[in-house]
Amino acid sequence: MDLNTITEVVRPADAEAVKKWQSGYAWLAGGTWLFSEPQITTHTLVDIESFNWPSLVTTPEGLEIAATCKVIELNRYTPPPEWEAAGLFPKCCRAFLASFKIWNEATVGGNIVMSLPAGPMISLTAALEGVCKLWPRNGAPREVSVTDFVTGNHANVLAPGELLRLIFLPASALRKKYAFRRFTLTQLGRSEALLIGTLCPERGEFVLTVTASTLRPVQLRFENVPTAETLRSVLDQAVPFELYLDDVHGSPGHRQHLTYFFAEQIREELSA
Amino acid sequence: MHYKINGKLFDAEPRPGQCLRTFVRDLGWFGVKKGCDQGDCGACTVWLDGKPVHSCLIPAFRAANREVTTIDGLCAKGHLHPIQQAFLDAQGFQCGYCTAGMIMTSASLTEEEKQDLPFRLKGNLCRCTGYRAIDDALHGRKNVEDDIAGKAHGAGIGNPFGPAIVTGKARYTMDVAVDNVFYIKVVRSPHAHARIRSIDTKAALAIPGVIKVFTWEDVPKRLFSSATHEDHLVDPDDTHVLDNVVRFAGQRVAAVVAESEAIAEAGCRAVQVDYEVLQAVFDPVAAMEPNAPILHDKGNGTNSNIYAEIHGEVGSVKEGFTAADAIHEMTYSTPRVQHVHLETHGTIAWRGEDGRIHVRTSSQAPFIVQQKLAYVFGLTAGQLHVFTERVGGGFGGKQEMVTEDLCVLAVLKIGRPVKWEFTREEQFIGATTRHQMTTHVKIGAKKDGTLTAIQVRVVSNTGGYGGHGGETLAAALGSPMSAYRCPNKKADGFAVYTNVVPGGGFRGYGASQSTYAIECAIDEMGELLGLDRFAIRRKNMIQPTDWIESVWKDPSDVGFGSYGLDQCLDYVEKTLAKGNGVAKPDGEEWAEGTGIAMAMLDCGPPTEHRSGAVMVLKPDGRYHLAVGSTEMGNGSVTSHRQIAAAILGTRASNIDIINADTDQTPYDTGTFASTGTVVAGKAVALTAEALKENILAYAARYTGIDPAAWRIEDGFVVSDTKRIALVDLHAAGIQDGHRFEAKRKAYLSPRTTAFNVQGIRLAVHRVTGEIQILHSVHAADIGKPINPVQCRGQIDGAIGMGIGWALTENMVHDAQGRVVNPSLRNYRIPAFADLPRSDVFFADTYDTLGTLGAKSQGECAINPIVPAIANAIKNATGVRFPHPPFTAARIYSQLNKGK
Repeated sequence: MDLNTITEVVRPADAEAVKKWQSGYAWLAGGTWLFSEPQITTHTLVDIESFNWPSLVTTPEGLEIAATCKVIELNRYTPPPEWEAAGLFPKCCRAFLASFKIWNEATVGGNIVMSLPAGPMISLTAALEGVCKLWPRNGAPREVSVTDFVTGNHANVLAPGELLRLIFLPASALRKKYAFRRFTLTQLGRSEALLIGTLCPERGEFVLTVTASTLRPVQLRFENVPTAETLRSVLDQAVPFELYLDDVHGSPGHRQHLTYFFAEQIREELSA
Repeated sequence: MHYKINGKLFDAEPRPGQCLRTFVRDLGWFGVKKGCDQGDCGACTVWLDGKPVHSCLIPAFRAANREVTTIDGLCAKGHLHPIQQAFLDAQGFQCGYCTAGMIMTSASLTEEEKQDLPFRLKGNLCRCTGYRAIDDALHGRKNVEDDIAGKAHGAGIGNPFGPAIVTGKARYTMDVAVDNVFYIKVVRSPHAHARIRSIDTKAALAIPGVIKVFTWEDVPKRLFSSATHEDHLVDPDDTHVLDNVVRFAGQRVAAVVAESEAIAEAGCRAVQVDYEVLQAVFDPVAAMEPNAPILHDKGNGTNSNIYAEIHGEVGSVKEGFTAADAIHEMTYSTPRVQHVHLETHGTIAWRGEDGRIHVRTSSQAPFIVQQKLAYVFGLTAGQLHVFTERVGGGFGGKQEMVTEDLCVLAVLKIGRPVKWEFTREEQFIGATTRHQMTTHVKIGAKKDGTLTAIQVRVVSNTGGYGGHGGETLAAALGSPMSAYRCPNKKADGFAVYTNVVPGGGFRGYGASQSTYAIECAIDEMGELLGLDRFAIRRKNMIQPTDWIESVWKDPSDVGFGSYGLDQCLDYVEKTLAKGNGVAKPDGEEWAEGTGIAMAMLDCGPPTEHRSGAVMVLKPDGRYHLAVGSTEMGNGSVTSHRQIAAAILGTRASNIDIINADTDQTPYDTGTFASTGTVVAGKAVALTAEALKENILAYAARYTGIDPAAWRIEDGFVVSDTKRIALVDLHAAGIQDGHRFEAKRKAYLSPRTTAFNVQGIRLAVHRVTGEIQILHSVHAADIGKPINPVQCRGQIDGAIGMGIGWALTENMVHDAQGRVVNPSLRNYRIPAFADLPRSDVFFADTYDTLGTLGAKSQGECAINPIVPAIANAIKNATGVRFPHPPFTAARIYSQLNKGK
């Protein structure tokens, strides 16, 4: 929709050019969320597409996903063959409520910065132990894990003007086996619960990442695949009932129920 | 900035926050539509460098130096793109509003991508078709039939506006450029119930470009109802153009007129309203309590929120229950849902050079809007011209005057053209909805299944205003109670004001809600007695020789012009048993079940309804038909041409048609309750017959051969000895002073009866609560279909709408009475992936009361859908879920009790 309060679009050459961050500024990446609702407190869009950050950089250490990487690029990415968990990329892209047409513009970073419980790029990067590189307006860059980046429903650690530069997925996580479960109110709709389990082929470490059903991502780590009872009791501890999301796409009770159901399915699948 | 749009190169400077959708529309490419403006519906899909995107989400500046293609530019050198042709061949549209986006998405798909249509089309919502015809288009299936002279009746010929729809040229309400236009935006109440102490407009008026701010002090002190009916007395006059009391969150409080939408929005933000918040009541049962806050003080001494109360009894249910061997009693409810026509409400009004006010609007009832505007503003009808061009869906939502009044007020006070287009959010918070109804059912039966008593108590939540409240309540207590023969029936109904967004007219119109409850109860009774669901219905369902009676003894004008309920039940039983080869998903957690439900509907509204038509033979031998009814995807324009063509022995394409225009067509009450077929269709038939007589009479006079010897054929009048081209006959007639024209009026009485039966097979996941529909079977007794392709499309659409209502759709209010999901991403209507391909059957009947054998068809198919699904869920799980939507979150908890 037209954002009628916007009076200026700034297209700086790089982030350094944005010296003074003011209230009423908003970083503009794909714009697919920003342009989907009135933004009456915003008057200036600062375009970060013109920074021309390389979307996907593969190194022996892992994968750097620029915040401005389009979802479509991630979906098309061809990983090194040993990165088995990259099979999650297309699965998580398809977990968007939004059409594939939105993928042509929407960015991975935008979805993470939105910090909505159902954000599938959060599910993906959290499960793959992603680390966000943040560029504050003033001060040195800092790093924070995706699971710590999102602090609640539509809430995160970003300070005003602070920029998400990239998400780094370590190769160690990308080499893992994985299991994926998702539930939606409508067919191919918004995630009511999205759980991903990973298993380290070398060390046997089991990581369960709960998203969509909870206000923020919850990650559980086990040295080995736990027993069903252990998994349940750790979930009991880690996810109090208040942490389950209550909205029109599902109820907290159902989300809790699905979380336990899928967690057990994932445990069984990765035990096999 | 440099732009290339549809091959045209130019420089332009979009506004900083402007999106591509409005940018291309401002430049005149009106094929790009607004359905939601939020990226959810896909109606605005265009190509950016060949890739499909939602143009409402693209900053316009980002399209600079790139190549933009809209539907307007898809035809290469005037040749249709193969996908456009495919949509025409399949008739993959009804109102056509989503079609541009649907085609732009489809045309971008590779053959491989087309293998996964549920995924590829999830970003394109259609509310009319149920996606079946769209699926046909994408599979190259041809549904349209040839238009052959003398064979128009019953042929599946194409919509005459099809070529314009698939090329984006069809002009919907907002698809015109208006010079010097001002824009309206409104301030809406955040409170569900409040009195306005004061409104300070100074800050708003100080904004450059704000022209005027209207408040309750600026409007005529005339109460009216926004509901549109021929009989203005059936709805309560409880509404002001702007009021100093707000009765639901979202009610309009002030209107800002400005030079642009942006300025109007800024003006709205600057208006200061001082509210005295009043106690609100949301539950109609609570609203009936003596201490409840009263919404409307009507000054007549009554102090109650009950707007309408209807009671009736035939026989004695007390005796019926005493005689019963089994009694089922339960409370069922249906949620408040929205129409979600893809084109939002909108009006453009201006004062013409003729001094009159012209109102271009998205309405199902332009003539009643004309009358209401005349009444509210103290004008004569002649001072107002109200018309539609193409309307993008209605479903009853546009049987309502919600935008026209403020536009006319602004034109009267300012003199300049004004335009007001609803946002999608406003559709949810400021338009109308289906009445939420709670139905308590008690039925009694003998051991053999014979019903001894049926009793219902319906409480309808009409919201802040009462439009349609009484009529939908009467409908709820009417035909659904008539569908079963039973000597003892009783109904009590209450339509109650509460502080939520008002109810209105919506496909099925009250009958849907009580049909749901009764059809569930019949199944429960069958189960109590160990009777098959077909058997208990066959034992008790109304028979063609029965007197049609619900709970009133008064004589009625409803009868059986035909009867095909038996055929419908037989078909559904046979087809469900045969199956469709779709197996339930693997796994023991999946439970499978089937359910059926039937519905009966009086064809047309019980209140007054009139229509008229004018037809002329033109010098070139073609015909011109003017009929007042509205086309909003219901297909009446197509069927009206077919009716006329059938009578005149010609091809439908020889009939030019204009409709829904108070200047250019005869009066028509409006198009709702299937009146497009049963009233306007009747007017067209009478007019065509009259014109035929006129032509043959002149042929007789011209030749001296007896009129009875003449018949009309395509382009000719023919007797045993002579054959005269209509062109020549017309020329001769004009010489003789003969006028080849006819005008007739139709009135709806008597009314006939239609039936629909739905069968559903589905699977329920016992752990997650997920439901998958495996087989959908629908049988319709709608008489002789005038256009079976269109009728099938209407039924597919109604099934889709019913499935949405059953499974996901629900307007959720918070504790303050505000709608929490006023967007398509949070109020989920079915997408392509959500709907099955239904088996559809038409009973072989020819109605003796209906036009050319036809009965209602657009409306009633929705009525058995929700109960069939509810009954199938019960059949699968053994648990009765009385309150749709049957979301997984509601299902699982009942299936996992104690686990």
